[in-house]
Amino acid sequence: MMLSQLTPEIMYSASGIALFGIGLLGLIIVPHIFRKILAINVMGVGIFMLLVSSAKRANIDADPVPHAMVLTGIVVAVAGTALALFLVKKINDLAPSEKSQ
Amino acid sequence: MDNIAALLPALIMLPLAVSVCCVLIKNSRVCAAISIISAAALLILSAGTLLAINTYEAGVLRYAFAGWSQPLGIELQVSGFTALMTALTCLLVFVLSIYSSVYFSSSDKAIRFWPLWWLLIAGLNALFLSSDIFNIYVAFELIGLAAVALIAIENSRAALIAALRYLLVSLLGSLCYLLAVALLYREYGTLDLVQLASMTSDSASSTAALMLITIGLCLKTALFPLHFWLPAAHGGASAPVSAVLSALVVKGSFYLIARFWLDILAPAASDAGLIILGVFGAAAILWGSAQALFASRLKVMVAYSTVAQIGYLFLLFPLMVGNTQTNAFEGAAMGAITYLIVAHATAKSAMFLAAGNIMRIAGHDNIKQLKGLVRHCPLSIFTFGIAGASLIGLPPSAGFIAKWLLLSNSINTGQWWWVIVILSGGLLAAAYVFKFLNLAFTKDDDTFTKADIVRKISPIMPLCALALALLTVVLGFNAQWLLDISGTLVYETTGQGFTVQNLAGVAQ
Repeated sequence: MMLSQLTPEIMYSASGIALFGIGLLGLIIVPHIFRKILAINVMGVGIFMLLVSSAKRANIDADPVPHAMVLTGIVVAVAGTALALFLVKKINDLAPSEKSQ
Repeated sequence: MDNIAALLPALIMLPLAVSVCCVLIKNSRVCAAISIISAAALLILSAGTLLAINTYEAGVLRYAFAGWSQPLGIELQVSGFTALMTALTCLLVFVLSIYSSVYFSSSDKAIRFWPLWWLLIAGLNALFLSSDIFNIYVAFELIGLAAVALIAIENSRAALIAALRYLLVSLLGSLCYLLAVALLYREYGTLDLVQLASMTSDSASSTAALMLITIGLCLKTALFPLHFWLPAAHGGASAPVSAVLSALVVKGSFYLIARFWLDILAPAASDAGLIILGVFGAAAILWGSAQALFASRLKVMVAYSTVAQIGYLFLLFPLMVGNTQTNAFEGAAMGAITYLIVAHATAKSAMFLAAGNIMRIAGHDNIKQLKGLVRHCPLSIFTFGIAGASLIGLPPSAGFIAKWLLLSNSINTGQWWWVIVILSGGLLAAAYVFKFLNLAFTKDDDTFTKADIVRKISPIMPLCALALALLTVVLGFNAQWLLDISGTLVYETTGQGFTVQNLAGVAQ
């Protein structure tokens, strides 16, 4: 009964939310800064998955709006990641003896 | 009226264009000149929008990009409240641009500063004008990335670490918001704020979306206890950047929290939730003020004072419990909050500029070593005093009117316990402002006797700070004027005026 209700849409949505949760957990508990940045990207991918899976609602053709949102979201995620990595590099450059935490 | 609406995109496009110009020109003087002229143009444009809204009966201007109207198109929309916020943004940007042109004149930071500055302004205006929840997400990211980079131009290790932490917090906040957007789109199939507001119910996913939005945006607004990133970020940035972060950037996310709780997702909001937000606000007032009192650096003190002032904004929520108006941007509490936002924005930016001047003159901002400073920068200390009076809530300042409206609202709604918090917050604010003023006026014992320790600054810098501080006084003297504007603006659909007299009448 449960399995028959498990349509691909629900599966994708659930895994999207699970990815968001995993990323959030990583961001909070992992001390290493690179992993924090990766965790934020995992969270982002989770949301993108949820958005893409919501493109097929009812029995209409695929809704293009979520795809446009995901594309924009990817661009924003790349910009944020790049800025974060640059800041980490800059912080390490200013104090070469210390490791960034 | 269509003419004014057609100019709305210019409020976003002009800053973006100036930003690109500043990247290409690479000459700090030309950039500064272009920036000041553009800021003046923006100010006129936003003032025009505000006046148009004020005289326009419908109270809302809309602009559909490329002529695509709803539900397909993406719209810009300006109501009374957002017009006031945009005008406030453009006014502060004008003064701060003049200040920055002098502040950065003798450093290579200017070339990095101007493009980012204009990106930040584009983001702020986009945030206030967007009528689309996904565009608001993009505006948040634009603001976040530009603000982080603006803190990072200080280029010290401490500033970079503060910037990195701010970036992580900002990204986390935006992602929580984006997840809420995904949930809302899944359920209602629209991104438009107005359409959403007419469709929302108290379903499970709406409640989840409201929770996510609240957590995400409280992180960005730095509501206690999510304020941990703010003192380092606002205290470590250069003066004009700190000013704009404290005065405007935190208000942008606050505006959206209010919009979602009281308007768009109101069916999913519970009274308990409203009261909890108020309790966190009260905690922020007490904690932020106490930390400001114990801060050893002047800019950190001013930054903690922002944490406290954000707390006052959140007292809006419990005061809206049981509000029977259909449009949540009506009601006396919203008038008080509007006034508080304007009062805090002008006072806090004046204070950060004064602190920046003091830091330039003394070479540091360690409070204990600023004894007798008043002889070397009387104008900046004077500015600090006026801005401080407004933060404390002494008459005749805008801060006084705002606090007075909050107090009378608390009493009117029978929630007298907020009065205690508001008054103790004022007392603590008086303590930290006078702690610094007292030191500044103490006769110095050798701290500043050597003239070469003290650096000279251009007179334009203290004058810009003073102009902002005087603005808070003018707004305080001229309470009726702003209340009239915010009255007709905030209460546009009820058609009722909102005056000091009728508020006072209710209070008696």
